[in-house]
Amino acid sequence: MIQLILKRLFTYIPVLLVVVIITFLMIHAAPGGPFDAERVASPEIIEKLNEAYNLDKPIHVQIYNYLFNAIQGDFGPSFKYPGRTVTELIMSGLPTTIELAIYSILFAIFLGVISGLVASLNPGKILDIVPMSISLLGICIPSIILGPVLVLIFGIWYEVLPVYGWGDNPGDKILPTITLGTAYAAIFARLTRGGMLEILGQDYIRTARAKGLSEIRIIIIHALRGGILPVISFLGPAIAGLLAGSFVVETIFQINGVGRFYVQAAFNRDYTMILGTSILFTFMTLTFVLISDIVASFLNPTLRDSGGLE
Amino acid sequence: MRIFFVVFIFLISCSGKDDTASKVDIFSQQGILLLGNGTEPSGIDPHIVTGVPEHKILLALLEGLVIFNPKTNGVLPGVASEWSISKDGLIYTFTFNPDAKWTNGEIVKPEHFVYSWKRILSPELGAQYADMLYVVKNAEGFHKGQIKDFNQVGVSAFENKLVVTLENPTPYFLNILTHYSTWPVHPETVEKFGGMISRNNQWTRVNNFIGNGPFKLDSWEINKSLKVSRNDLYWGNNSNKINGIEFLPIENELTQDRLFRSGGIHLANTVPTEKIKRYREERPNQLIEHNYFGTYYYRINTNKYPLNDVNFRRALSLSIDRDLIVKSILKGNQKVSYSFTPPDENSYNPNTKLEFNPAKAKLLLKESGYDVNNSPLEVLYNTSEGHQKIAQAIQEMWKKYLGLNVVLTNVDWKVYLARETQGEFDISRAGWIGDYPDPFTFLDMMVTNRGNNKTGWSNSAYDEILNNAASKISTKQRYELYEEAEKILIDELPVIPLYTYTRTYLLSERVKNWQNNILDTNPYQFLSLE
Repeated sequence: MIQLILKRLFTYIPVLLVVVIITFLMIHAAPGGPFDAERVASPEIIEKLNEAYNLDKPIHVQIYNYLFNAIQGDFGPSFKYPGRTVTELIMSGLPTTIELAIYSILFAIFLGVISGLVASLNPGKILDIVPMSISLLGICIPSIILGPVLVLIFGIWYEVLPVYGWGDNPGDKILPTITLGTAYAAIFARLTRGGMLEILGQDYIRTARAKGLSEIRIIIIHALRGGILPVISFLGPAIAGLLAGSFVVETIFQINGVGRFYVQAAFNRDYTMILGTSILFTFMTLTFVLISDIVASFLNPTLRDSGGLE
Repeated sequence: MRIFFVVFIFLISCSGKDDTASKVDIFSQQGILLLGNGTEPSGIDPHIVTGVPEHKILLALLEGLVIFNPKTNGVLPGVASEWSISKDGLIYTFTFNPDAKWTNGEIVKPEHFVYSWKRILSPELGAQYADMLYVVKNAEGFHKGQIKDFNQVGVSAFENKLVVTLENPTPYFLNILTHYSTWPVHPETVEKFGGMISRNNQWTRVNNFIGNGPFKLDSWEINKSLKVSRNDLYWGNNSNKINGIEFLPIENELTQDRLFRSGGIHLANTVPTEKIKRYREERPNQLIEHNYFGTYYYRINTNKYPLNDVNFRRALSLSIDRDLIVKSILKGNQKVSYSFTPPDENSYNPNTKLEFNPAKAKLLLKESGYDVNNSPLEVLYNTSEGHQKIAQAIQEMWKKYLGLNVVLTNVDWKVYLARETQGEFDISRAGWIGDYPDPFTFLDMMVTNRGNNKTGWSNSAYDEILNNAASKISTKQRYELYEEAEKILIDELPVIPLYTYTRTYLLSERVKNWQNNILDTNPYQFLSLE
């Protein structure tokens, strides 16, 4: 297992390298530069700015210099925020974004797995139809709509929850967590239901019932372990998606996370910040997918034995 | 499910708000202003930053030779307690206020301004607002590297005086000094944390920052807030009733609106257009609408056929119903433009006209000889619903009154800027906000080969008039010449002005002494909270 994990970690290097090079080429090919402004700077000034940020050098030299510094942990200065480094800016928002993602995923697992479980145990009945219809709604409503609606109801009409911030006022983490987690809760509910229905029809469950085990024991001990495998497999991409998609929720609730940099950097043509955030999100996606594969392997021996981690 | 519901209700009950006091109520009692400030500031170095959110923060942290007077649009004493102007209008002598101090207790000296102006004019720093000081003798030459010795630039310190020599009499020079690019930095601090010409200088960090404004920097959390508190060493503290300010970088106007309505901020610096009507009806005392020193216009690429034909440009302008745009699309009390420079009834009020006359437009189009079946013209704008609505209306008007085919192209902000600068457009939407309250800040843009001209338009008579105006000491004479220049511009139409901007924002009734002025600038030391 350790060998397999190390093998997977080794694949990070070519993936990150390709991401950096493609991103580098794409941002330089995009029209408009970091120093384009409504108030046009003179050519002399643009020249000085290009010199200051090493943009006057050939592109292959720029890529080499960037990679050389990045390996040493230096992701360069931000073009948009003079005097600040990309690492510093990312680190200022990363803990908040990770916290938001963790709360959202926990909320999504809690709500999604329970709803899916209830639905799978009552196929075709009201307890199946209602949660599954709601989950479909949850998938369909984007966070850009759900967030303001929740704010309107709980923040403005009933005034029971704060409408902005993260960790500044009691309860201000509730609405962002629900907003970001709802779509994933809905997906988890459907995955759990599908997985459980498949497992509940297996022979070993029938055998367990024939042996006279209690229904709760059958579900919790025997069925759920296999039934939530689709959820576990989806967990890695889900967390990565949550991190990358946190931009909308961070904007709605005025949360100082890193998601905002990810999107704004592209609009600002903040080259070093685009590269820094791309590397970060690539790294996190690879890592969370790896973690979910490891967990899935532990839960499913057949996957482990067949080398599913590879 | 039941457990979740219980937890949720528990959390809600834990976070229940006090019904009687909002954040704004509590902070008002403490004398702390909560300001929605748009985007996260890119920095707080006055010689590097260029934006409005940065300006709002610097207004608290630093002070120039003079202060903007929010009531009159003129100036008040700042670091300079008094000043004299030579008869020829070329030499300004500023006497420093001995009580003007930096936050570390040092007295603000004229030498600090000499250092600061040398810094912003040093080409290596790459300051984008350095041209604000081009009115100072040899400043442009030094900035462009043609003059190496800064002693030749018209600024020098003498005892407690700063002597400034100008290239031409510039009656609005004092107004220029209200712009943050002319404000001082603390030389020793700048040298200590990176040096004069370093863009990565660390002097603006919370623990390093030394300022001379009415407030000092307390904390700065990126994308969260920047807090300042009263500077006890500030010379003008007798009139300062504000104890602190929290600048909140809230870019999304809907978020800002929700925060304002829930009592989270004193000022929301923008209002969603669709909500203006409702605010007018329901909260008229909180909705502020006033004239702004800015013009929304269409920029014409005069290097291209048929836009190089003045009759064609006139036809375009004559077939735009500006009244309809302002009343039916914008709905924000904007004023129809009749000149490029926003008029002021009490000072500069040019006698130019931009009429809506489709019949005349058709005749002029005929005179231009343009065949409307040619390939369509393109109107370029940066992606925005507001720009799109206006562009669609104008597209419709040109089709209806002239039979012209026009395509609309929206691109992201940086692409839009790049295409404009490189001349890759036919017609593009544009806006300009004056940096100081003088028509020159608009008219100078259209001088031949100015970086911000971008139209390719050149008129020697226009250039000559502006050149002559620069030597006039009398404001009246200068404005008369500006009117002549304005007439040329409106006659030739390299730009088609559409409307004068209005500033629309939400302000808590707890904020007192707020002045609605064309630069939308209110030095915080003149405000109070109830």
